[in-house]
Amino acid sequence: MTILKLAIRNLRGAGIRTWLNAVALSFAFVAIIFGQGMMQGMNKQAEDASVAFEFGGGQYWQKDYDAYDPLTLEDAHAPTPSALESLARAGKAAPILVVAGSIYPHGRIKPVLLKGIDPAQKVVALPTAALADTAEELPLLIGNRTAATTGLEVGDQVTVQWRDADGAFDARDGRVVEIMQTSVSTIDVGQVWMPLARLRELAGMEGEATIVTVAKDERKPPAVEGWSFRGPEFLLSDLRQMVKTKTVGQVIMFTVLFLLAMLAIFDTQVLSVFRRRREIGMLIALGMTRVQVIVMFTLEGALHSILAAVLGMAYGAPLFYSLQRNGFAVPGGDSWGFSLGDKLYPTFTAGLILSTTVLVFLVTAFVAWLPTRKIAKLKPTDALAGRGT
Amino acid sequence: MENGVVVCTDKLVRKFHVGRTELVALKEVSLEFRRGEFAGLVGPSGSGKTTLLNIIGTLDTPTSGSATVLGERVESLSPVRAASLRSRHIGFIFQTFNLLPVYTAYENVEFPLLLLGLSSAERRRKVTDALEWVGLADRAKSRPTQLSGGESQRVAIARAVVKRPELVLADEPTANLDAENSHKILQTMVGLNRDLGTTFIFSTHDEKVIRYLRRKVSLVDGRVAEDRTLEPGEVRSQKLE
Repeated sequence: MTILKLAIRNLRGAGIRTWLNAVALSFAFVAIIFGQGMMQGMNKQAEDASVAFEFGGGQYWQKDYDAYDPLTLEDAHAPTPSALESLARAGKAAPILVVAGSIYPHGRIKPVLLKGIDPAQKVVALPTAALADTAEELPLLIGNRTAATTGLEVGDQVTVQWRDADGAFDARDGRVVEIMQTSVSTIDVGQVWMPLARLRELAGMEGEATIVTVAKDERKPPAVEGWSFRGPEFLLSDLRQMVKTKTVGQVIMFTVLFLLAMLAIFDTQVLSVFRRRREIGMLIALGMTRVQVIVMFTLEGALHSILAAVLGMAYGAPLFYSLQRNGFAVPGGDSWGFSLGDKLYPTFTAGLILSTTVLVFLVTAFVAWLPTRKIAKLKPTDALAGRGT
Repeated sequence: MENGVVVCTDKLVRKFHVGRTELVALKEVSLEFRRGEFAGLVGPSGSGKTTLLNIIGTLDTPTSGSATVLGERVESLSPVRAASLRSRHIGFIFQTFNLLPVYTAYENVEFPLLLLGLSSAERRRKVTDALEWVGLADRAKSRPTQLSGGESQRVAIARAVVKRPELVLADEPTANLDAENSHKILQTMVGLNRDLGTTFIFSTHDEKVIRYLRRKVSLVDGRVAEDRTLEPGEVRSQKLE
């Protein structure tokens, strides 16, 4: 306790030098929390949107379906099993039929995936009700990205072409009844949604589906023969991997920033041990052991991180609160590779702040301790004479 | 401590290695200092005064021979035990004052008491007393940079005696002071020696200090050349010169 008191007294006595170090370290501290909070928020936002719009509580994939291989689509359809039909009737599942096709907006051909979904479903947050509230023979729902790339608007007619179950080409004119604004590009880009019953009829795949998405609150999906259940962990793994990849760059940047702050602490400690040789000798003469002197110097260095945490919180807390509440516009939009929306809402949890504080304290203590090892080899008589180190 | 012997050295040898050269700083020094002495190790630079003082202060260990300080054998003391001995029973005064620069005069004097774990009230009382002994009660809040050389050394003396040590080691305490300040400092130390019964051992070649000594141990090339007790009249007459 005495050593801690002395370390605090020394820090106080060092005045402006202490505060300069604490300010530099607080920048790193705030930047690390901001970066981690941004990544956590990004991850959560992207996952929440994907779950809400696409994955729900998981998906049954027809055994031939491979999301990464479009060529499997031709065979990836089968009658919806009765267990899943029951779930769908109870509003706890949404069968989706996926058929490869093309549309011809403004005379251009564009390959798309035609996706049939029950307009009355509530399992995912797609605005499928728009497909029901219309007298159109073939109502179409597209996302804002597809609308932008095809130039289609609500009310536009567009020719839709597909191959039916027998491999024969067929086509109809459909009308865009809704353009959905979504942050989830994987339900938007190159996709055209239509009523499930209509697509089944056009493709000659009565009662069939490719995917069955179950509701988010469906805890124990039944095992179904010929269909594989893919849980949220599996479905979100790509997204998480992508976020992790983005995180690496951020971590490198923050590590560099942190190292610079650590360099300042290290430098201060080296200088301190050198400049305070006589003082070290005097401390030993007054009755301190070398270990006590080392602990005191290390504590002095490490206490910078506590000051930095307090300082960082003083200006960081209002900033974090505001960002978490109001979010901020993210430049780049879809270039991130996953759904973010117009604004990013970082997540600053108590765990994040606490773990960062502990990490910064431990690293600072280690960096502060490194130069003090010289004290262990310093003879008090040399130190008192201003020699050594 | 037998017969009030505070320090006893027996055939003390201290060698240093400077590159390939062996330097013998102390050559079989045998001495005794008793409680309440006001003694000085006198000699030119390089005679071994500071080396001997460092060994007595447990800051250094002999190459051979033995040194017993307050009943403890210096050569076999563990670092922790040596630190404890210094912290409780030995006070140091140095030529360059060695005040802790970021502390006030009060905090500098308080420092040894903090290491002893005394209560805040007890510390306050003892620090106030010590600053009054050296006549610096009004400079308690000053930092070392705001003090003159004489004042700094008086703070160093207060720091050395605040814990009422049995032994005070003063290494060239007046070397950086003018004549007037030197006399003030020495008079302060004579007073403390008389009032508190503290043993003072100086290392010096300053005539001003030598005049106040009651025992003079002359060192030449690491050996005791002369060990003489000065008679009261002799001390007084020296001071009057």
